[in-house]
Amino acid sequence: MQNKVYHRIEQITGNVIVVKADNVINGELAQVDSAQGVSLAQVIRLEKENVYLQVFAGGRGVGTDAKVRFLGRTMQVPFSENLLGRVFTGSGEPRDKGPKITENMIEIGGPSVNPAKRIIPRNMVRTGIPMIDVFNTLVESQKLPIFSVAGEPYNELLAQIALQAEVDVIILGGMGLKHDDYLYFRDKLDESGALSRTVMFVHTASDPTVECLLVPDVSLAVAEKYALEDKRVLVLLTDMTNFADSMKEVAITMEQIPSNRGYPGDLYSQLAARYEKAVDFEGSGSITVLAVTTMPGDDVTHPVPDNTGYITEGQFYLKNGRIEPFGSLSRLKQQVNSRTRDDHRIIMDTMIQLYASYKETLEKQSMGFRMSDWDSKLLKYGEQFEDSMMNITVNTPLEEALDNGWKIMADCFEPAETGIASKYTDKYWPKG
Amino acid sequence: MSKNIGKIVGVNGNLLKVEFENPVIQNEVAYACVGGGDLKLKSEVIRIRGNTAELQVFEDTVGLKVGDPVEFTGNLLSVELGPGLLTQVFDGLQNPLPALAEECGFFLQRGTYLDPLPRDTQWAYTPTAKVGDTVIAGDTLGTVPEGLFTHRIMVPFNLRGKWTIDSLKEAGEYTVTEVIATLKDNKGNTRDCQLMQVWPVKMPIKCYSERLRPTESMATKQRIVDTFFPVAKGGTYCIPGPFGAGKTVLQQVTSRHAEVDVVIIAACGERAGEVVETLREFPELTDPRTGKSLMERTMIICNTSSMPVAAREASVYTGVTLAEYYRQMGLDVLLLADSTSRWAQALREMSGRLEEIPGEEAFPAYLESVIASFYERGGVVRLNDGSIGSVTIGGTVSPAGGNFEEPVTQATLKVVGAFHGLSRARSDARRYPAIDPLDSWSKYPSVVDEDEVAKARQVLRDGGEVNQMMKVVGEEGTSIDDFILYMKSEYIDNTYLQQNAFIEADAATSVERQNYVFDKLLKVLDTKMKFSDKGQCRSFFQKLTQTCKDWNGTEFQSDEFKNIEEQMTKALAEVSDYAE
Repeated sequence: MQNKVYHRIEQITGNVIVVKADNVINGELAQVDSAQGVSLAQVIRLEKENVYLQVFAGGRGVGTDAKVRFLGRTMQVPFSENLLGRVFTGSGEPRDKGPKITENMIEIGGPSVNPAKRIIPRNMVRTGIPMIDVFNTLVESQKLPIFSVAGEPYNELLAQIALQAEVDVIILGGMGLKHDDYLYFRDKLDESGALSRTVMFVHTASDPTVECLLVPDVSLAVAEKYALEDKRVLVLLTDMTNFADSMKEVAITMEQIPSNRGYPGDLYSQLAARYEKAVDFEGSGSITVLAVTTMPGDDVTHPVPDNTGYITEGQFYLKNGRIEPFGSLSRLKQQVNSRTRDDHRIIMDTMIQLYASYKETLEKQSMGFRMSDWDSKLLKYGEQFEDSMMNITVNTPLEEALDNGWKIMADCFEPAETGIASKYTDKYWPKG
Repeated sequence: MSKNIGKIVGVNGNLLKVEFENPVIQNEVAYACVGGGDLKLKSEVIRIRGNTAELQVFEDTVGLKVGDPVEFTGNLLSVELGPGLLTQVFDGLQNPLPALAEECGFFLQRGTYLDPLPRDTQWAYTPTAKVGDTVIAGDTLGTVPEGLFTHRIMVPFNLRGKWTIDSLKEAGEYTVTEVIATLKDNKGNTRDCQLMQVWPVKMPIKCYSERLRPTESMATKQRIVDTFFPVAKGGTYCIPGPFGAGKTVLQQVTSRHAEVDVVIIAACGERAGEVVETLREFPELTDPRTGKSLMERTMIICNTSSMPVAAREASVYTGVTLAEYYRQMGLDVLLLADSTSRWAQALREMSGRLEEIPGEEAFPAYLESVIASFYERGGVVRLNDGSIGSVTIGGTVSPAGGNFEEPVTQATLKVVGAFHGLSRARSDARRYPAIDPLDSWSKYPSVVDEDEVAKARQVLRDGGEVNQMMKVVGEEGTSIDDFILYMKSEYIDNTYLQQNAFIEADAATSVERQNYVFDKLLKVLDTKMKFSDKGQCRSFFQKLTQTCKDWNGTEFQSDEFKNIEEQMTKALAEVSDYAE
């Protein structure tokens, strides 16, 4: 009965088709066979005998006489060691020249982890980038977006972090990627030999919209399996704004009432369901998620970055090729930066406060005010800070970066001017 | 009684359309049986039209199909109330999460519902009432010790009118489901009472003689809150702020240090990681008030953002119902809801699926009244036996884009007694807690003298104006007096309003210390100062600020504390202007 074929399509709107069928379960997969080829589709709504299906390859070219065969199962992806080094599409088909993998199929979009089974994150992920390691430490099991605008080197930053961070498995989920960017990631990972511990699920800008929706779920389902095998997994998602836009497209097609700038009302829940997969399993591996969110018009109040910010544990702002110290935040840094070196927090807070004062002085300067002694000191400081601490292309160990911080401050200020408690200045302030 | 069974005719996300034949009740609980089998998903009736009921399912609906049976229970969504609630971690539907983890492992399996109160625990019950006593709902029948508290076993809240105690068990060990008393009314009806009772979450418990005005302040040990924007026991307050401004950290320090008996943390649609911190750290932390673990006074309701949306809506009600229950024992309870915006969004999602006509930003038109009735469940009450209990509600709001003009913030501001607005500018400048000292307000009394607070507030306001002016005319265009005023306002900000949550002595400032330090602060503000130029003025204040920060980091009244205090007094004397 499961393989009964339905011929009559009642309705086609966008990527959603409606057939009359019975005994269909919510979330079931079906195969749609039309003149354009064969595509998978998923049941998204049931209304009496009407079944609404979202066609992965899109509604274009589907005829009213297309054959719909229900498969009696929900969406699955294969999971095995053979995935490593391979590239797949959002629906799990090979994108490279390798064979199709069908062994050990696992469900995607599984249930949420019981909070009682989570543990407090405790391992720092060293990236060698001072703006991250010193000021906004990345922590294992953290979920962190990179807020950026089109044209910024976010994919380069993502790739650099992937290469410098110590993890066992890297999973790259590309959504609406330019084909060039996809090749960039592949080549970059290949050059450094990291491709053999990477699985890529890539949806490029020219692929069907619905497949874009599957990328995060597929990537995270595979990541979860690796993590349960005691692997430290880093999931890179780029770009989540494309994912949200695909969701908007489908929601509007389904005639849902939009809430904010056309996005569906459940945008927050949908994004959260993905980001919350980041986890440190008690007695097993972990998943760390780094995701790019491009902000249309550099507007952080746009619904996608805004909702993301409420879900993730901080964010990195990438602007003018630098990670902005203001607004960038790692919420989990407190978990680890007390155990690195005792001056870590002091350097982190003080240098940012001073940098904020520097920005104020810059403003005054641009308005043509006379610079006081204090202002000149700040100007000197600001320049040094930007040159050495804010550079994101370096690979500097944390301790070296901290020493560097003291050096810069000693070069510009007297100890009391920094507002640092005396017991630290006594210990760390460079002599002479 | 035969089971009332309906049949699914539609599935749309977590909304079911169900055809029924026998009567159903609005908001009653039903179970959708996947494939007619044993996997049953909890749901709630939210709309009835003709012979079709619409149900929101508290779980993922994958696998349901048209024709699957739905069992109606005839009961409203309820929680179990009784000894054993404290120290527990529940999900939004009062499922105990640690027990669930034992049963199902790492993941939350849908359709698994466990008893919130352990059925096999024996409680040492002592009756306090006597056979023949006349009682009404909420009266105490007896007590059991539960950790720090004497847990009152009360006459079920849903009884109407006067009842007589017909029989009463002797002191001894009982489980929550054993009958410990039988009541009889004058019509001859009888009713069994157990240690445990059940109450529908969406109804406030009203077994008290009167509601009082909240006047006594509830110390949170955050200087900016207690001194400038205080919260009263039984009061309500909200903390709106953009992401990253420190809402949750502020709630966490409050949950640790607040001077109340019981704290209930309702993590509603927020990050799981934050709950985990509380979950793992509280058992190890000692409550300075009792010397016991902090967990002994805490309950956590945890419906994180990746858990099903409909249960998120229920979770705030579950939290407030548990709070009201402990209030009935004459205790002061603090409910911290983080975040009410997620709850409002859950309402919005359901409203969208029901295809209701949307209001502003697609929130349902009834948003305001729902928020108002939630906060109204806070309050101080005099119970029937004369003792006083209170429920204080503090809710965070996560406004879209950090813009306070949005519907949830506005609806909340109308009904709360204090507003702690967090500002992006302050958190960017690492000024924590990032409560905006100029925008926030409170209608409750401060822990220090009100007139003095007003004075400090004036300095803050004036200093802020000078700062604005300086941005236009520059430092050289500012008079030295104005400049001193500005430095004074910065001084208040740096040494009093800001508090370092990571330095033990600074993280919690007792009311006594607040009074002492604030006095000292006022002395600085009142001092007329004389400087040769602005540079000297700036370096004086920088030094004083640093000393005062060191001072904040010392134990109250320790030698070091007194030492630094003396230094500050001396430094102040050096710049005093005695000309007049």
